[in-house]
Parts: sequence; C-alpha cells; structure tokens
Amino acid sequence: MKLELRGITKRFGTLVANASIDLTVNPGEIHALLGENGAGKSTLMNVLYGLYTADEGEILLDDKVQKFSGPGDAMAAGIGMVHQHFMLIPVFTVAENVALGNEPTGVLGTLKLAEARQRVLDISKQFGFNVDPDALIEDLPVGIQQRVEIIKALSRDAKVLVLDEPTAVLTPQETDELMDIMRQLAKNGTSIVFITHKLREVKEVADKITVIRLGKVVGSASPSASTNELASLMVGREVDLKVDKAPAQPKDLVLSVDAVSVLDDRSQRAVDSVSFEVRAGEILAIAGVQGNGQTELAEALLGLRPVIKGSGTIKLGDKDITEASVKQVLEAGVAFVPEDRKKDGLVAEFSVAENLMLDSSFKSRFTKGLNINLKARRKIADDLVQEFDVRTQTSDSPAGKLSGGNQQKVVVARELSREVKLLVASQPTRGVDVGSIEFIHERIVAERDEGKAVVLVSTELDEVLALADRIAVMYRGKIVGIVPPTTSRSDLGKLMAGVSA
Amino acid sequence: MTKKEVNQDGFNQAMKEILAGGATRTILSVLLGFLVGAIFMVISNKEFIEGLGYFFSRPGDSLGAAWQVVSDGYGALFRGSIYNADADTFEKAIRPLTETLRLATPLIAAGLGIALTFRVGLFNIGGTGQLISGMIFATFVATKVELPFLLHMLVAVIAAIIGSTLMGALIGFLKARTGAHEVILTIMFNYVMLYLFTFMLREQSLLQGEGIIGNPKADPAAENSLLPKLLGDSYSLTWGLILALMAVVVYWWLMERSTIGFRLRMVGFNPDAAKTAGVNVNRTYILAMALSAAFVGVAAANQTLGTAIGVTPSSHANIGFDAITVALLGGSTAPGVLMAGLLFGAFKAGSPSMQVIGISPEVLGIVQGAIVLFIAAPPLIRALFGLPKPQTSNVLGKLRSRIFSRKVTK
Repeated sequence: MKLELRGITKRFGTLVANASIDLTVNPGEIHALLGENGAGKSTLMNVLYGLYTADEGEILLDDKVQKFSGPGDAMAAGIGMVHQHFMLIPVFTVAENVALGNEPTGVLGTLKLAEARQRVLDISKQFGFNVDPDALIEDLPVGIQQRVEIIKALSRDAKVLVLDEPTAVLTPQETDELMDIMRQLAKNGTSIVFITHKLREVKEVADKITVIRLGKVVGSASPSASTNELASLMVGREVDLKVDKAPAQPKDLVLSVDAVSVLDDRSQRAVDSVSFEVRAGEILAIAGVQGNGQTELAEALLGLRPVIKGSGTIKLGDKDITEASVKQVLEAGVAFVPEDRKKDGLVAEFSVAENLMLDSSFKSRFTKGLNINLKARRKIADDLVQEFDVRTQTSDSPAGKLSGGNQQKVVVARELSREVKLLVASQPTRGVDVGSIEFIHERIVAERDEGKAVVLVSTELDEVLALADRIAVMYRGKIVGIVPPTTSRSDLGKLMAGVSA
Repeated sequence: MTKKEVNQDGFNQAMKEILAGGATRTILSVLLGFLVGAIFMVISNKEFIEGLGYFFSRPGDSLGAAWQVVSDGYGALFRGSIYNADADTFEKAIRPLTETLRLATPLIAAGLGIALTFRVGLFNIGGTGQLISGMIFATFVATKVELPFLLHMLVAVIAAIIGSTLMGALIGFLKARTGAHEVILTIMFNYVMLYLFTFMLREQSLLQGEGIIGNPKADPAAENSLLPKLLGDSYSLTWGLILALMAVVVYWWLMERSTIGFRLRMVGFNPDAAKTAGVNVNRTYILAMALSAAFVGVAAANQTLGTAIGVTPSSHANIGFDAITVALLGGSTAPGVLMAGLLFGAFKAGSPSMQVIGISPEVLGIVQGAIVLFIAAPPLIRALFGLPKPQTSNVLGKLRSRIFSRKVTK
C-alpha cells in the first residue's frame, strides 16, 4: 500500500510541531524518518494514526484521501503502529494480547481462543518470528514483546507499519533480528515507516531516508550517504562524532571495587564478584549488552542497591563506602547520572532550578539553615542553564517540559557542578539528540581532564570507544576483560558475547 | 512521548491533576456547587411544586417561588455566617462572622494537615483518629492536671499536638516498616481511636468526669486551660483562630520555603528520583505523617480547649473528614486551605439560620459535596465554561478532554 502525506501541519498553541510535511512511502519500502528528539517525528505519526487531527494537509492511502477520527479508523484503513512503549497486558498470553480488541468470537460472544492462537502461529511462521502463542507477556524478553506488537498489527492486516523508535529498548542482537524482520515484511509488500535517531541503523536497513528538523522536512537522503552527512542534516551543522581528547594521565586511586556481588530485583546474582579500580584523570567504560549487571553495579556504587553482605568492598579513596547510604555516598564526593533520567534523575513537575538542587537539599550552597536560599538558587541555576546550554525559557520552567536532551543536560549540569572525586554516568546520552550527545561527551572528558575519576556505563559501543581510556566488558555479571580503547570492534563484540580475551 | 505516561500510576496522576487546579476552576466549582444547592432548595419547595401543576398557564408562580426560596435560603446563609443586617446592634450584627471564624478554625488547621500528605503523595484519611489522639492528651492535661493560668493552656495545646503527632508518626512508621497502605491504616485507626476514646471516657479512673455515671463524658476543661476569648466574652471566638493562622504561616514556610518541604514535595512527585538524590523515602513518609498529624493536633486543641463543656466521643465533630474536602478545595496550598476552611466554616455557621426559615440545612452538605465533586472533575468544569485546556502533557487529561470536547461540540 502506498502512503502519502501532503502538507501536514499540526500546531499546539503557538508551537508548530509539523510544518507542511510531505512524505511518500511506496509499497514494500522501508522509509526511515530521521530526526532529533523533539523534531516532530512522533507528532507526525500520531497524526497518521488518528491520535491527532492535522490542522492542514491530507493523508492518502493508494491515492485515496483518508479521514481518521481515531486509531480505530487508521487501523481499519491498514495502518499499524508499534509504539516505543508496548501496549501489552503483562498477565495475558501472546494469543490473548493479539486477539485483544479484535477477538474472534463464536455464539453468544464466546472467545475462540484456538482461532486466535492459530492466527499467531500463522503469522509467526510466515515471517519466522518464533513466538509461542501461549507464553505470558511478562515472561518474555523485550525483543519478543516487540514482535508480539508487530504480530498484533499484522493480524489486523496492516499494510503500512509504523515503528516508533523500535530499537531504543533492544540489545544489539535483538536490533539485528528486528532489522531482518523489517526486511522480510518489506519483501512481502508491507510499507514500513521506521522512526529513529540512530544513524547506523538507518544506513543499514532503510531504502529511503527523510530527515525532519524543527517540524520541517529538511532533506532526504539515500542510505549510502555518510554518517556525518546524515548527522549534519539532522542537527543542521557538521557534527563531530569523535571526541577530541588527549591521552589520559591517571593519578591517585579514587575508586576500588573488590569482589563485589549484588542481587537484582528478582534476587538473582546480577553482579558476580566484580573487581576494578579507577584512578583520578581516567575514564573507565563499563561496556556490555544491556542486562548483564551494569545497571545493578552502578546502583551498588551509589548505595541504591546493597552489596551482598561479606562479598566484597567498595572504597572511595581510603573510605569504605560499601554499606554507606546514598546520601553518605553523594556527600563523600560521588556524582551520579542515572540510567533512566525520567524515573530517577528528574522531578518532572519541579522547575529546572529545583531540579538543579535535587541532591543538594541538605546542607549546601542552595540552603541557608532550614531555608532554601532562593536568591543563591536562582543565581546558580541561571549560570548553569547558560553554561550547559539548557534550552529552556527560564530556570523556573518545569523540567518535564524540556526535550530529552535538555533534561539530560539539567541532570549532567547538576552532577558536574558539585564538588566530587568520582563521576558515575550511566547511559549518559541515551535518548539524547546528536547535538546534546556531543556536548555531554565533551563535558565528561573535561571532568576527566580536571582530575576526576569517571565510570561510564554504556551499551553504545560508539560512545564507549569515543570516551574510554580503559574498557571493562561485563557479561553475565562478571567482568570478562579490561581492555584498552584501541581494541577492535570485533574483539569487543566477542567479549560482550562472553568469549574471554 | 505521551505513550510513556500511560503506564504511570493512574491514581497518582489523577490526584496530581486534581491538586494542580487553578484558581479560576476552583471559583467556578464553588459557584456551581451553590447552583446545585439552589436546585435542591427549589425542588423541595412546596409552593414551587404546587405551581408546577399549572406551570404553563401561570409560570410566574413557580418561578417566583423558586427565586424566593433560593434568595431566602442563601440570604439566611449570609445572615447566619457573615453579617446580620436585621440585628439591632452592630455587635450582634457581626456575631455571625465571628462564628464563621470560630467554626473555620479547626477546619483550617486539620485541612493543612491533610493537605501536607497530599503534597507528599500520601492520602491521610485518619484526621479523625489523629484528632482524637490529640484530644485524649489535651483532655488529660485540661482535666487532670493543675497549672497556673496561661501555662496550663500552653501545656494543654502542646499535649494535643504531641498526642496527634504520635498517632501520625505511628501510622507513618507502620507504613514504612511493613509496607501497609496508609489509607487502610488511617481508616482502621479512626475506629480504634474513637472506641478507645469512648472507653476512656466511660472509665472513672481514666478520663470520665467526676459524678458522671454511665455517660462517656469528661469534666469541663479547667478554667486555666481554656483558650482565651479573642474578642471578649460576648463572642465565643477564641485564640484558637490565632493558632490556626499561625499554622497557615508555618505550613506555607514549611512547604514553599524550607528544605524539609522541598524533600517532602520531591518524594511526593517522584520517590525514585528522591531516593537517587539521597533522600530516605521511608523516613520521609514517617516525617510527613507526623507533621500532618501535628497540624491536626492544633484542631484537637481547639476542640478540647475551645469551650468549657466536657468532651464527649462526638466532640471530634467529623473534622477529620471535612478536612479532606478543605484540603482538596484549597489545592493543598496554604492560602487555598485558609480560604476553603473559611468557606466551610461559614456553611457550618450559617446552617442554623437556614433551618430557622424552613430550609433543611442538609442543602449545605450537598453544596459542599458538589463543590468537591466539581473540583475533582476538572474537564467537566472546563467543558462547561469553555476554559482552555491546561498546558500539561498528561495522557489522562488529554483523554478526558477529548471525550468531553466531542460530546460538548455536538
């Protein structure tokens, strides 16, 4: 099915989220929609899916003008959407989830579950999905859950499939598998709109690329375009994906982790007797596929998650912080950029200024006795907003209204402006636009050059290679090797897959 | 962007939106509440109903009766709660206003307490239990201890606040330690405290007044322990009002200006981020419940030490529950709670004069309930008055306003 958007304009108040956007997706084409966070990709797709009504412009399917007043109409017309955050019911089986809203029923509305199962099996077989229709959603890994979402769309005869940031939650392997699936679907004539801001994926899988910036189409490219070319289209200027940095000059020992083991939320041993050291003036990157214990390790460093009693010690300088509370660790001189900024890093309802004092509310430059020092806070906040280039109207605006990249800049500004010895940054650029990534990377290197020790936890190999002075690779809770940053991608890949160096 | 928020806890999200209500919406809710009350007055009016029988030949009869009863009713409310123009002296004319202030006093204080828990993301339904706990302490000091003037009163007030605070802290502790939900805990402790209080008031060896046999009732509070009259003996208004106003200022400082309040709000909005920022969330819950109950304790002092009649099990006067509606109407801010407390105080003061002219005072209960209902249904108010949607990115609001806008435009 051919999809055509003509002159779509969508305004929210004075903000123009989409300005007269034209987009054509041919049958069987994988069309990548590339843009920074907040460029208007999701708005456009919500218009397509009937969640928003466009102020101007029209949607055409096979050259026929469509009018959607809700997702139901869009689905009926053959548009399927896989959201970034899945719309599945965890305690239902795959077949039940696929049937939901579109249930095959018999006499008196009884549910024909066998038919629903068969539907799943058919689609699964056709595209090699390998999904068990009787498995409970909550037991399935994220990658499989995403396939269930795709099956759900296909089971309603979707001819145009929209994938909204589908790889954000996937491991590299799962990403590869998803790409295979996308190619399969396209071969069978499904048109695919692939929304992303990851250049590498676009180049690998897309047939055609449309770049959106600030609500406008700024250009289209073929997948053979260079990464730099695509990135500069996205941000409107040349981007340096490499970070300029001098060789590290490690000095005193700052963090020593010795034989530390940590349990995860399900009481499984997520970190298994891990040891490493970080010196002042160096960046140790902890690489690995998501879910190999990095999250738990970072939380244990901060004191958010207890170290198994008697398993080992964490020392900051000479100070044992193995059993210290989060407050004590923060006060001992540790800055922490959490992996999930929305959940752990920010209070969306608080102003930017309030967020900047989030972990300095006890006794700090923001306080005067039991009072908040409003004057000092305003001054510090305004300075930090300026210094870290946070795009916000004022420091009194709620942090929740900022784009992802700017929210992350608030977190980074808060952590880097405290007097610390050690910076633990977990996925510091996840979901952040290219422009902000560059900025955040530079700041992290600057911290190192000022003589701070940095632990960078990242699943993005590009980031690890760009920043690290040494790379520790984690696999199944263990560090399988600590290697120099000159190590080749393929060797790192082997380590990440558990093959010891 | 919006998809993420679907997964959030719906209840908390709804609560946040209710509490984020703007001033315009609140005022409109109050007006609508009065309108609903007016409807009830009209349809229960005999002349209006009789007039309906021949409505089409002489509509004036019914409409006139309707107008008459509504203006009489709310006129009586005004006379009973603010200014009685019919009184022969000025002193008597403004007595209703002092009554409003007197009755608003405990509502304001307890309302602040409930409001505090809302800001921390907790729901304290235990105003009654905490109030009674404070009353037990205050009654003991007021009836069983002898101290000099002023000092006795101060000690009794402090006892009330301590009594309530301990109750709140216990609930916070149980929540933090066992993970039990504060709604269940507070409801159950309401019963426990009410019956414990009744039991104590029946026991001669505990709080029962001397010479009282059988009835659960305490001695009148000792003269020295009573809150002094604020405007002389011709009015019953006491220094309790000053205590409540002080509580308003303390609440404002605590929530808006202090670092303690900063952490309380932080935990209320996002406990995960608070934890990551080094805040001990469980300890904050205990602190929040204790502080909340401390404000309720001011109301307990007012109930025990406001008048020289012995307390009975019903002396809590349902303030613990009314305080929830006060906190909701006031948007959990200091000035909001003050205004909401005054409004509901006025209702309490004005209801007898409505009864005198033959309008059942329950109408005011309906008004009160309707106001809170409108407060809790923001999209309804917006749709009715064509107000702009708030600039929030929350899915719940969007979803609801979409449903409403479709219905209304048709």
